[in-house]
Amino acid sequence: MSCDYTRTALHGYLDGELDAARSAEFERHLENCRECAKSLEAEESLRSGLQRSGLYEQAPVALRKKIRAGLDAATAAPARRPVAAWQWWAVAAVCATAAIIVAAEASWYSWSRNSGVLASTPFTAAEMIDAHVRSLQPGHLTDVASTDQHTVKPWFTGKLDFSPPIKDFAEEGFPLIGGRLDALGGQNVAAIVYGRRKHIINVFIVPTKEPDTPIHQPGLRQGYYWLHWRRQGMEYCAVSDVSISDLQELAQLIYQ
Amino acid sequence: MSGLDPGRGSDVLDVDERARFEQLIMPHLDAAFNLARWLLRSREDSEDVAQEAMLRAYRFFRGFHGGDARAWLLQIVRNTCYTWLEKNRPVELMTEFDEELHAQPSASPESLAIAGDNRERLGRALETLPPRFREVLVLRELEGCSYKEIAAITAIPIGTVMSALARARQRLQRALTQSPVQEASREL
Repeated sequence: MSCDYTRTALHGYLDGELDAARSAEFERHLENCRECAKSLEAEESLRSGLQRSGLYEQAPVALRKKIRAGLDAATAAPARRPVAAWQWWAVAAVCATAAIIVAAEASWYSWSRNSGVLASTPFTAAEMIDAHVRSLQPGHLTDVASTDQHTVKPWFTGKLDFSPPIKDFAEEGFPLIGGRLDALGGQNVAAIVYGRRKHIINVFIVPTKEPDTPIHQPGLRQGYYWLHWRRQGMEYCAVSDVSISDLQELAQLIYQ
Repeated sequence: MSGLDPGRGSDVLDVDERARFEQLIMPHLDAAFNLARWLLRSREDSEDVAQEAMLRAYRFFRGFHGGDARAWLLQIVRNTCYTWLEKNRPVELMTEFDEELHAQPSASPESLAIAGDNRERLGRALETLPPRFREVLVLRELEGCSYKEIAAITAIPIGTVMSALARARQRLQRALTQSPVQEASREL
């Protein structure tokens, strides 16, 4: 290696880090230096090899979950449902027979109403978040991928015994991505998927006979926020890792 | 490390800060994991170290006053990796970074194209490089960092990023084109 450019400017040129003057100077040099021309070609081929190689390794989903749990543990608890109550409820549900589950559910509903922080969501936080995380796995996000509400809505016909209301909010910064069938807490739900910058928001919808409610206080778990409300015979749970203000904005749009 | 403010490190963050961290820092978790994976050459170890680094970043998060969030996080990840290497594999850090370039002709583009098309071979070659060469290549070619970002993350002066990359690329070429026997002996 005899040419000085080969070990310096060539790399800045390759990386697009030379200013215009130095870049022009190198290009002039390149016309007359076979060593640099050959070397540049070699570096370009190595670069494209590296970039096409798939050597980039993404963080495993389990690690992401573990980290979020660690972050939550290092966060001052907001006014929300105590964790112990969830655990007790989960233990009770697992141990109980089918008949007892019905009773437990009834008492949980009344208990959570009394707690006043969150009204009774149709699913547990864990179910919502698991369904949200599951949807982020490759190929799981949507069964019908479309930004057109008139495509997504009819898709659900015949797959569910209710017709979920679907609107696109692209102009407000929440483009509709699509929809899918999901099963939460043993019932079929419509999952409507919205995007927010690089984030995904899942809105789970099931029918209800309960009266309308306002949008309740947000819940937070493992770094995911959720919002719950009832409106015109439908029950909504919106889940995402977007900021709480973004999630509230979308909830307001759907609520209107 | 610039940008860190350990004095505030022991404070517990609240829900709003947790949400801000989620929005600004969590999107760079893949970058954090990828850098750790290539610095430590092990998926398993890098899961532990990436987790530790993310929690450290969270503790230091109040010291982050905006700017390049990815570079800020990767700086912490890199430091956490080196601390781990010092403790667990000190021998790996003993290679001299400022090793002189050997005067040898560069490999032909054709032979590199063939070698570069083999993911496994490319990965193995990258792993044979000393960590300080490996990290600039990973940051530049896999992560797409600018020289300015590489300088901030690796604490090398910005004026030497270019020559560091030149040396790293030459080492990678050599590792890719040397015979499998030599390659095998290197791994021992």
